[in-house]
Amino acid sequence: MSELRRIAIVPAYQEEAVIASLVLEIKSFDPSLDIVVVDDGSTDRTAASAAAAGAAVVRLPYNLGIGGAVQTGFKYALERGYDIAFRLDGDGQHDPAELPKLLEPLARDDADVVVGSRFAGGDREYRPPFARRAGIRWFAGLVSLLTRQQLTDTTSGFQAVNARGIRLFAADYPHDYPEVEAAVMVVRHRLRILEVPVRMRERELGASSITTLRSLYYAIKVTLALLVGIFRRRVVPAEDA
Amino acid sequence: MTPLRISIAATVASILLILVVLELIRSRRLRERYALLWLATGVVLLVLSAWRDALNTIAGWVGAGYPPAVLFAVGILFILLVLLHYSTVISKLADQNVILAQRLALLENRVLEGEHEPGGPFAERPGLPRR
Repeated sequence: MSELRRIAIVPAYQEEAVIASLVLEIKSFDPSLDIVVVDDGSTDRTAASAAAAGAAVVRLPYNLGIGGAVQTGFKYALERGYDIAFRLDGDGQHDPAELPKLLEPLARDDADVVVGSRFAGGDREYRPPFARRAGIRWFAGLVSLLTRQQLTDTTSGFQAVNARGIRLFAADYPHDYPEVEAAVMVVRHRLRILEVPVRMRERELGASSITTLRSLYYAIKVTLALLVGIFRRRVVPAEDA
Repeated sequence: MTPLRISIAATVASILLILVVLELIRSRRLRERYALLWLATGVVLLVLSAWRDALNTIAGWVGAGYPPAVLFAVGILFILLVLLHYSTVISKLADQNVILAQRLALLENRVLEGEHEPGGPFAERPGLPRR
């Protein structure tokens, strides 16, 4: 496309079964895209497998959780001066063929953070189970209210971020279910967030890392974080700092 | 019956606890994860302090002749929970600290070894301080 330096950040935990094929798929889709796999303290061969497939690998000494792992990727991207960072989950549910849809608004400079949404008019087939659907609705409503902007898929980790976004996320990124808080954070920093409809795949292997009781805990925790976040001092754009 | 003054004092104290915890989260000195148990403590104590009938009823159930004693008992129970939670958190931090120190030592070893290799990446550069 252009001479923008682009990188795909792939957080992965215990994904030795699928990580290599995901890396190869990204490479074959776009050979000019660099890939960094952040191995979040896996005890299996995730890191070795990703490296063998040709990705740069950052291995965390122990499990930091999704937020810490993803932020490591943004720090990597910042240190090495990338202009665009994509984020794909290591379990392969995000299809590299959808990346151009995420890139387009960034290339037009219509947004700083682009989120691939399963619900924004795209995929009508995706029908999550009741509890998950309730959670998704709850956060979509809350985040839309707080950002004064219609957002439908606030837990989607399929994202593209420009240099401004990379700088913000490298400096500050939430912990669990980071995308929900990050969406609000982005708007508070006066960056622009935009959803584009994408298709997502079923997880290739392995169950979702979230069980019902845990997700209730996370739901309460993230809600608390969002509500308290309202009362934080309005932050200046990272650029001017 | 719970003396009114005790109810008022306990209510005010619970509200203060909740406000302090919320302010600590806001100013980012307390992570939400570690604040939830404190907030639960504050809310339960607030309910039992302000809702005098509930406190009296529970006191009747457990056979406490002096209802405010239930308030103490519940408060102590939650403090125990918080402490236990902290013990698990500290244990995890200690484990992670060991892993971090080991990884750092192994990396330092690698860097210093590279320093001595004539053609190595660290050959001509000032090295890390040696111990």
